[in-house]
Amino acid sequence: MTLAAAPDLAGATQLAAATNENLANLSNTLIYSAMAVYTLAFFAYIAEWLLGSRSKVGRTAAALTAGDDAKDAKGSKGAPAVTVQNAGGTAVLERPEVVTRAVAGARDVPDGPGAHGGDEQGDLYGRIAVSLTALAFLIAFGGVLARALSVQRAPWGNMYEFNITFSTVAVGVYLSLLAMKKNVRWMGLFLTTTVLLDLGLAVTVLYTASDQLVPALHSYWLYIHVSTAIFCGAVFYVGAVGTILYLFKDSYENKLVSGGRPGRFATSVLERLPSSASLDKFSYRVNAAVFPLWTFTIIAGAIWAGDAWGRYWGWDPKETWSFITWVVYAGYLHARATAGWKGRKAAYIALIAFACWLFNYYGVNIFVSGKHSYADVG
Amino acid sequence: MGTTRDTDVRTGDGTNSGTDGGTNSGTNSGTDNNPTTSGGSGTDGASVRDAGEFGDAGAQLSTAPRETTVPGSFGGARAPGAAGWLGWAGREALGWTRWIWRQLTSMRVALLLLFLLSLGAIPGSLIPQSGTDEMKVADFQERHTTLGPIYEKLGLFHVYSSAWFSAIYILLFVSLIGCIVPRTWQFVGQLRGRPPRAPRLLTRLPAYTTWRTGAAPEEVREEALKLLRQRRFRAHPAGDAVAAEKGYLREVGNLAFHIALIVMLTAFAWGQLFKSEGNKLIVEGDGFANTLMQYDDFKSGSLFDTDDLEPFSFVLKDFEGTYETTGPNRGTPRTYQATVDYSVGADGEEKKRTVKVNEPLEIDGSKVYLTAHGYAPVVTVRDGKGDVVYRQAVPLLPLDSNSTSTGVVKVMDGYRNAEGEKEQLGFQAFFLPAYGGDGTAVVSQFPALLNPVLNLEAYHGDLGVDAGLPQSVYQLEKRNLKEFRNAKGTQLRENLRPGETMQLPDGAGSITFEKEIKEWANFQVTRQPGSGWALAGALTAIFGLAASLFIQRRRVWVRAVTGPDGVTVVEMAGLGRSESARLPEELGVLAGHLYDVAPGAAESPDTPDTPDAQDTLDAPGSSETPTPEPPAAPAEGAETK
Ligand code: HEM
Repeated sequence: MTLAAAPDLAGATQLAAATNENLANLSNTLIYSAMAVYTLAFFAYIAEWLLGSRSKVGRTAAALTAGDDAKDAKGSKGAPAVTVQNAGGTAVLERPEVVTRAVAGARDVPDGPGAHGGDEQGDLYGRIAVSLTALAFLIAFGGVLARALSVQRAPWGNMYEFNITFSTVAVGVYLSLLAMKKNVRWMGLFLTTTVLLDLGLAVTVLYTASDQLVPALHSYWLYIHVSTAIFCGAVFYVGAVGTILYLFKDSYENKLVSGGRPGRFATSVLERLPSSASLDKFSYRVNAAVFPLWTFTIIAGAIWAGDAWGRYWGWDPKETWSFITWVVYAGYLHARATAGWKGRKAAYIALIAFACWLFNYYGVNIFVSGKHSYADVG
Repeated sequence: MGTTRDTDVRTGDGTNSGTDGGTNSGTNSGTDNNPTTSGGSGTDGASVRDAGEFGDAGAQLSTAPRETTVPGSFGGARAPGAAGWLGWAGREALGWTRWIWRQLTSMRVALLLLFLLSLGAIPGSLIPQSGTDEMKVADFQERHTTLGPIYEKLGLFHVYSSAWFSAIYILLFVSLIGCIVPRTWQFVGQLRGRPPRAPRLLTRLPAYTTWRTGAAPEEVREEALKLLRQRRFRAHPAGDAVAAEKGYLREVGNLAFHIALIVMLTAFAWGQLFKSEGNKLIVEGDGFANTLMQYDDFKSGSLFDTDDLEPFSFVLKDFEGTYETTGPNRGTPRTYQATVDYSVGADGEEKKRTVKVNEPLEIDGSKVYLTAHGYAPVVTVRDGKGDVVYRQAVPLLPLDSNSTSTGVVKVMDGYRNAEGEKEQLGFQAFFLPAYGGDGTAVVSQFPALLNPVLNLEAYHGDLGVDAGLPQSVYQLEKRNLKEFRNAKGTQLRENLRPGETMQLPDGAGSITFEKEIKEWANFQVTRQPGSGWALAGALTAIFGLAASLFIQRRRVWVRAVTGPDGVTVVEMAGLGRSESARLPEELGVLAGHLYDVAPGAAESPDTPDTPDAQDTLDAPGSSETPTPEPPAAPAEGAETK
């Protein structure tokens, strides 16, 4: 290395830094704008819930109490209900129809109508909310992109960047599920609330000016490992929201079954959500669908560590907590195949698993120092 | 509308009988193929339910182990006398051994062990570990005089190699093997056998459809068989129905996943036993040959043999580091690479390569990593007569991220002092690649060579290197050394710029900081056999897992019989494991195809014309049908094309 080279280099980077600064500022503006639009979406969801609550809801109660009376009469658990649906083809009149039945012993409750509760105006606000969410998502996505361009690398170098990417991906997952015509609109309010919290935390506490990565982070495995990690986290998060709501809805249904009278607020909110069985299935599917990807994430991380640090696995705190998260999710999947562990117990395990993921994401970066502690906090 | 009504009526029937069967599922006919399940083990177990509710039809939809309950005794009746007692004790012991084994390989215990494993991994992430940072452990023990020894006893400073942590994962793996072997046999058995016959009442299955057709029953069954086989079901005719099953890959994937876990752990353990890891610091221009003697430090697994070291050598040609010059992260490295010429074997051809932080040099089974870097200023020491007694690049260790570095120059022999006596010289060196200028603190401002300054303190006397005790090359043993003092009587200490010379007092000679400043790089050479196997295991695990989670194992039955009115009645039903969302959809598609070849017959006037199925179900008079109002929302997967 020659002595003269350094000042030249400094000049060139300074120039580049100026353009980067502009991009970084643009990114900040976009993130703030996204927050503003998410806030509007948040209010629209609130309007959906408020207007919706006026309409008649109460299918769960109806189904459960009706079944309940019969059960009392018969002293048995009640028979599963039937759902009729069309078998493939448009000629409804001619085609045979498929009848589905819940498995015996399972409570069979119809899904709630959604946040609007069947109210037309509520539904309108709900649609507005979804559109606003989509708009906010696009703006946030632009913000993440501008950030990536400003640092000339993937935007996953510190916790601020993790946070803005994470919430953007979580909303992306939600919107994709909607686009796939899955019944997930009920999640909107819960999601925007937490996304606003996440972004608020990012811009206040975690904000880090844009900068480059240390050489250990220059690797295409970084892109693979970190992008899948963030994606898995976002999906696990969506699953966890489903799990929490499942627990609420399940207690609500249990209360109804045992003849209790849930409070008015609980009734109003929970009646509109899908049935506990649907919520449970939803969170299971979401968690199970990303679990292989999470496995891959850990393996990709091990490969990267092997290249960067000369060992594949060294029980670094970040590695350890990824492993713990993985094992607890594996436990969750096992629990669902184990007698006596289905339902609520399995749901608790899923929540513990997500808590492990969160701790790995925030806790380890903040409280524990290790090889991964490049991710500066503020 | 005839077919629809037909359907609903049947559903009503099915619901009736379902109530009777569903409630006491554990004691149903299914128990006979599930002998280990006693009534008390909870009715919500998948195997209990599957086997219980649908009899044979639902049995063995997976190979998951069945839950067993604690028996009172295995010994049974004890015959009088010693022989009787012995027989009883034998039966009892065998029974309990088998029971314990079954427990160990049960899902419940696997779950427990998984939990213990994750709990056990936690302390290692919060307490300093000697494997990663010996210094922090020492520091912790100093600060926590009561906790320290307790932690030490519990192995908490090396959790991942502690006895209790090993016990957890060894138990888990015993459990795993104990689980895989029988499951594999069971699965082979299932593959050899045929899908079970249709249950008597297809209406009770989770997905069901029916219609009446003009085609003959045999014809329908034949078409069904053809259709199902076309769709890669394993199908066979059984009695008045066709039985079919699909999705065996789920089990294959699941078994492959669990086996891959074993492969991974074995490969990992193997690697630990045979691995080796050594460090070598090399100054630009110097070389290294891969023998034990050449390493600065070396660690290896217990079964490592020195012959395992691959014969190769390399020379560090150049090190290049550039750093961020602006912004908050000013000074963090941007490029960081070493150019080496390496050759394999005794007289291999020489090749050029750059080694970067994420790009180790791979030679056979060894990997050469670039792990650290620093400066090695070249200094020349002359004696009183002006003869060069020392000229070398001295590697200095960086103290901070701006490469403020420290080290020592040891002139061990060849030097004679002003009186002509043999003596040794020692210099304590501080090096700042970017000195801030006079009046600033003696720390570097930047990691690159912007304004290098070498600060030297001079000593003479006995370095203590001949005492035979090992000594750090980065520290001076000052016990038998005297400081050189300047005219004012204070210790001789000067800042030198490249090319400058510091004179030692009274004609004792001089030391020159040459213009040439070399850099050094530290290389870590590791060998970890088995990592290929670990990787193969990992990949298998992922694919196995995906197959296991995304593929549904399901059964379909098609029954075609002649009804009482002489018209053929087709019934189709599907059964999957609990999370079968696509089952109704798939059944619908199959039914659609079969319907095309066996279209609906004209409505028979005999068919009881129920006005509305729903009314029937809710009819106040029919206390036999305690069915809640059918949900208005379509079941999942109802959005058929
Ligand atoms: C190293 C420990 C283990 C890990 C990480 C692990 C992981 C997993 C995972 C992630 C699944 C989900 C795949 C699925 O649902 O199909 C699974 C399923 C399964 N595991 Fe394990 N497992 C372990 C040990 C065991 C042991 C010891 C047993 C035997 C008791 C076992 C038996 C099963 C069975 C039967 C299933 C299939 C459950 C079903 O059919 O839904 N596993 N395992």
